[in-house]
Amino acid sequence: MLTSHADGVITMKLTRVLQKTALATALMGTALGASAQEYHIGVTVPAAEHGWTAGLSWWAQQATEELTEKHPDVSFTVLSANSGTAQVANVEDLMIRDLDALVILPYNPATLQSVISEAYEEGIYTVVVDRELETPAQNVFIAGDNPGLGEQAARYIAEELGGEGNLLVLEGPPIPINSQRVDAFNQVMENYPDINILASQNTDWNAQQALSVTEDLLGSNPEVDAIWAGDDDVLIAAIQAIEENNRDDIQLVVGGGGSQRVIEMIRSDHPIVKGTVTYPPSMIASAIALAVHGVKGERLGDMYHGVPSRMILAADLITADNVEEYYEPDAAY
Amino acid sequence: MNPLPQRTTPLAQRFRRLPWNAAILAPLAALILLFVVSSFASEYFLNTRNLSNVLRQVSYTGIIAIGMTFVIIAGGIDLSVGSMVALVGVAVLYVLNTITDPLQAVILAMLAAVVGGALLGLFNGLLVTRGRIAAFVVTLATMSIFRSLALYFTDAAEVTTRNPLFSEVGGGFVLGIPIPVWTFFLLAIVSHVLLFHTAFGRHVCAVGANAQVARYSGIRVERVVLSAFLIAGVCVGLSAIMLTSRLNSVSPSDAGYFYELDAIAAVVIGGTALSGGRGTVWGTVIGALILGIINNMLNLTGVSPYLQGLVKGAVILLAVLLQYKRTP
Repeated sequence: MLTSHADGVITMKLTRVLQKTALATALMGTALGASAQEYHIGVTVPAAEHGWTAGLSWWAQQATEELTEKHPDVSFTVLSANSGTAQVANVEDLMIRDLDALVILPYNPATLQSVISEAYEEGIYTVVVDRELETPAQNVFIAGDNPGLGEQAARYIAEELGGEGNLLVLEGPPIPINSQRVDAFNQVMENYPDINILASQNTDWNAQQALSVTEDLLGSNPEVDAIWAGDDDVLIAAIQAIEENNRDDIQLVVGGGGSQRVIEMIRSDHPIVKGTVTYPPSMIASAIALAVHGVKGERLGDMYHGVPSRMILAADLITADNVEEYYEPDAAY
Repeated sequence: MNPLPQRTTPLAQRFRRLPWNAAILAPLAALILLFVVSSFASEYFLNTRNLSNVLRQVSYTGIIAIGMTFVIIAGGIDLSVGSMVALVGVAVLYVLNTITDPLQAVILAMLAAVVGGALLGLFNGLLVTRGRIAAFVVTLATMSIFRSLALYFTDAAEVTTRNPLFSEVGGGFVLGIPIPVWTFFLLAIVSHVLLFHTAFGRHVCAVGANAQVARYSGIRVERVVLSAFLIAGVCVGLSAIMLTSRLNSVSPSDAGYFYELDAIAAVVIGGTALSGGRGTVWGTVIGALILGIINNMLNLTGVSPYLQGLVKGAVILLAVLLQYKRTP
């Protein structure tokens, strides 16, 4: 039959194509291997599938570029994963490449636990970001302040409403991060008996879900003074629902996260979006900086100690008064 | 009544010869080239630990891809395998955490995985054969159902285990080779024998090539299709054991995420026709290895994470183009 001839043709074609790929890959390889760097730091984050994680990737790239210039003896590899198991493979692959430090925002902590422990036990300087492991296996843990986020938002809303009014709360999925935010929020609100929380519902921190949840809540609650969204993507969706339903009873909407879109709204004096609280994806940038200093055994600034083992970034309230400080037009979140 | 052996043998031999020659040489050449290129592109590639990592990473989806090969050759497809990994994984962790004796728990959990996978595969198969629904539609639905059940049973939370023995199964080594890799290769050998040296294997090919003709020649088409889905389910069970024990936990939202696509890609790169009727287990093994090495190379050379999907997609397209261009 014609099989054997066809096979020859296929193999030849394949060879040609693969030769080209080989050349490209080889070039990439040499470009990376050329400079003899002393420290190699691997970074792995969840893939950009939500505003916040997109911000994470942007800040990881930004920080590695800036830090490479400042520290020529350090090289970086940034990887992202679209699932926890893919991230396990990321860490395994990074560990092959003479890794000195690992910076990881675990996709889901339990899945990553064993491989992070392996890296840490091998003496790789490990920085875990945002999501804490059940069994600690790291030199540094750095995260945002989830209870602080809820607390700041609650104080601001209570103050702006003058201690009385009707409130809707748009929550995240039932995970610890969300309950920390919402519990702290409710705790502050207990001091304001005249503020009435009409409903507190899960939006999965997903814009589409948030849109329909807000529509339903607005439909069943004719008198609403303020809305707190625990996430800025949710806030944008809520604003859309408010505008589409022509609701002018709502005076105030406060978010969480500190996305550039919401920051721009605050900056351009939006009639109801007046504040948000930071939970910055730039924490990955600080985490990478900590790894650089940590792996070199350096101190931070004028500190008398090495890099601390736990670091919680403050939850800052952003309003028209201080919005310029947080304005970063190029950032992805 | 029954077809004469002399008449079936040449037909079966044609099934056997076609895929072996045409479909396996191209992927094999690609694999060898990729291997050589990789060894030059990264000084770390040939590191023994890296090679054993790659093989282990490949084995989870590779095991599933072997099961998928049977389903696809039989003319079907199984989109539910990824969600099935999560559901079976949840069952494994449940059994582990319910039984106190560690050894007993591990044995029963592994048994539960295989039986559970088989039952879920059987469920798919029955809907396809008895329910007369297209495999694509059935498994699209069960993909959603299995994932949903896994999330429901766990409240979407990750489940971990403190069983001291369990992590040895997927994390352990025999003769320096990870246990999941042994499982993958042994399964491949068994499956190859099943597909090419038994009547059942010839029937799978015949059913996929033309179900009507197969039926007229006395093959019990329904039973063959059902068995193919059952095999896929058992493979998912094995993969779930390896994966959950390597991670010592299961995440219902994450376990097996997109595994169906990786498995189908491995099968297709390996030269099995998506239209069914012909294909090889070795092709699938090679396809899985190609995908694994590409993933590993992209990570080792630090290619932008945004571009990795493009490279993988391009390789799949390339592999299929090269193989199918020749068929008129």
